[in-house]
Amino acid sequence: MSFEPKVTAFVCNWCTYTGADLAGTSRLQMASNVRIIRLPCTGRIDPLFLLKAFERGADGLIVSGCHPADCHYNAGNYHARRRFAIFRELLDVVGLDPARITFSWVSASEGNKWREVVDDTVERIRGLGPFTAYRDLTPPAVSGAEGPSATIGGAP
Amino acid sequence: MTELRDLARKLLAEGTVKAVLGYEEGPRGLRPVFVTRAEDADKLVFDARAVQNLVTWLNPRRPHVRRLGKLAVVVKACDARAAAGLIRESQVKRDDVVFLGVRCGGVGTDPMGPAGVTPDTVAPRCAACTSRVPTLADHLVGPELPAPPAREGADDWLARLDGRDHAERWAFWMGELERCVRCNACREVCPLCFCERCVQDKSQPQWIESSPHLRGNLSWHLTRALHLAGRCAGCDECSRACPVGIPLGLLNRAAARTVARRFDYVVSDDPGVPAPIGAFRHDDAEEFIR
Repeated sequence: MSFEPKVTAFVCNWCTYTGADLAGTSRLQMASNVRIIRLPCTGRIDPLFLLKAFERGADGLIVSGCHPADCHYNAGNYHARRRFAIFRELLDVVGLDPARITFSWVSASEGNKWREVVDDTVERIRGLGPFTAYRDLTPPAVSGAEGPSATIGGAP
Repeated sequence: MTELRDLARKLLAEGTVKAVLGYEEGPRGLRPVFVTRAEDADKLVFDARAVQNLVTWLNPRRPHVRRLGKLAVVVKACDARAAAGLIRESQVKRDDVVFLGVRCGGVGTDPMGPAGVTPDTVAPRCAACTSRVPTLADHLVGPELPAPPAREGADDWLARLDGRDHAERWAFWMGELERCVRCNACREVCPLCFCERCVQDKSQPQWIESSPHLRGNLSWHLTRALHLAGRCAGCDECSRACPVGIPLGLLNRAAARTVARRFDYVVSDDPGVPAPIGAFRHDDAEEFIR
């Protein structure tokens, strides 16, 4: 069976989400591997969200929002830009390939650019292969992991 | 030493401060002490065994320290950077604390170590230290000391890590983080971890898995390093406090390196300089964004 990447996109409500919507209403054909999570602003995207996505088995991520000077809240994307610049290099230091995350600015009128971002990301992740290293750092199996009722024998 | 003791005695006798936080000779090397009576000022000691960062006691999560009243704290230059961080972030009022700065010639890694520094015992952070005289200090004591001997430091280790590929780096960090028992010593000892409720303690939703397994350990230590980016004073207390010897300071150092390169910011002991996180420039580099 061929590998279909699971890509999660964290996008801002005002630009990229609207841009993706435009791509949809324009009937642009693009890879269908992306699950979009809409947030008010890129400034609202805590890097923890990205870690959580990797923990839950995402193969790749997209983080996208308004171009500089376009932020609905004036400065959210500037703050996000600094935060993700550091976050990205930290991932690199611990050995998590930053190429698994695409950062982009997509405005509400850039439906075509959104399609390119999606298609390029999916193709790149397809090349990198599945990312299970993070997800599989699971807790060691403990006896009785099925829950107390399994070991005690009683029904809840 | 007499200079420090005389100063502490004077501050306590004239009632300027209620307590002096410094180092004393303990059964296992130097340990922190709160001197509250002028006649006890002779307890105070400072030498290369003064490893601990005493500024962590100023952390607002320690209200019992604040209840002592106005405090004087013995600070090395690295500790002063942490103190400046607390002042910068409105956690400590500048006028509430008297800083007794000591000229530092580098410290060891162990409060039980020798009183001087040798290339074998000097703390790695001291070898790369560029500011051995705290400028935040209200009083500056101690003799001018020679620069600490050179040794390999965090930057050398990071450079070596940079030379490896992703898989090797991942293997290295997993090997380290696997030992983490989530005792939170790194957080408790950190002068700048002052959140009343740590993100790690939140359980609904649980953003960071809190049981000691690799996945939660990695998320926690990445998040911690990120929250300290541009704030970490580089005192390396997290590495020292870690009971299983994880080089946590390396992650903080990696973030500091990024901040220095990208935002031209180095943590200083000047509380007037704003931190790079929470600020921005319109022309910040964005080569990683398409």
